[in-house]
Amino acid sequence: MARAAVLGRLTWQFGTLAEIVRETPRVSSLFFDVPEWPGHLAGQHVDVRLTADDGYQAERSYSIASAPTDKRLALTVERLDDGEVSPYLVGELRAGDRLELRGPIGGYFVWRGDEDRPLLLIGGGSGIVPLMSMLRHRARIASKTPARLLFSSRALADVIYREELERLGAAGDGLGVVHTLTREKPAGWTGYTRRIDEAMLRETAWPSEDSPAVFVCGPTPFVEAAASLLVAMGHDARSIKTERFGATGG
Amino acid sequence: MTQVRDMKLDGNAIAGLLREIFAVEMTTARGTCAACGAVNELGRVEVYIHAPGTVVRCPDCEQVLMRVVRGGGRYWIDLTGVRCLELAEG
Repeated sequence: MARAAVLGRLTWQFGTLAEIVRETPRVSSLFFDVPEWPGHLAGQHVDVRLTADDGYQAERSYSIASAPTDKRLALTVERLDDGEVSPYLVGELRAGDRLELRGPIGGYFVWRGDEDRPLLLIGGGSGIVPLMSMLRHRARIASKTPARLLFSSRALADVIYREELERLGAAGDGLGVVHTLTREKPAGWTGYTRRIDEAMLRETAWPSEDSPAVFVCGPTPFVEAAASLLVAMGHDARSIKTERFGATGG
Repeated sequence: MTQVRDMKLDGNAIAGLLREIFAVEMTTARGTCAACGAVNELGRVEVYIHAPGTVVRCPDCEQVLMRVVRGGGRYWIDLTGVRCLELAEG
């Protein structure tokens, strides 16, 4: 299945939206039935294409949120008000509607779950999405690979997958979930309340001697900052896999 | 004002485009920079997609590795900056 997931001609196909789950005020998960779906690896993405009546097309990439073994293909999308595609996906698309997509795409930013190295996931905002696919995959295959997630959000209400992450982190299977909030300090909050820095990484990340597999995903400045800190702390730059969202798009 | 450095993406962002052209998964292919000789998986390279074409730069020396322009049903692919591409057999 892994072979099928990364090879073969890339063709556009239709998925049918089965369910919408609101994650935060700006972010929703969309669950699709895709009849010809060849399967995917945790961390891969799909391209989505919208076609207007006059033939104008807009294309965007969205990370897959579901685990490879999940029945439906899930995308978790943040609505960007000035975006061309996300306001349609989060706001206009309804259950039963069809959406044109192609994938799975990518092979670099993937975690297969078949290696012993500890897993270090660092996500900023909707950069959590491909990391969530990895954590769901890890849970589905009952992997005991030690894993840590450091997740940076603006405020508590913006924390995507908050309850599910709480459950996964409490399962006692070697996953630790650490949150930091950059714009809010709620009453009783025990997590961090600042941007990711070296002290935070020293407290939460596996040291470079443990040779963790590192995945960092988020907006470009977030990814650059986290990756630079890890390299300065002695991590091998080539063991740090990054995926940037950029400053525009949507 | 958005800074150019904040518009930087990486090879993951052009995984679909590269697969259209090469017909195989390319983010795990390794490219050798013609300028500095650094070898990087294409998932790691720097990518700018906000110009009319796509510009791919070496993450080590920032020299241009590739430029890809698509239009009118055709591609123009400039690979001058890549000395060698190593990829798995399909």
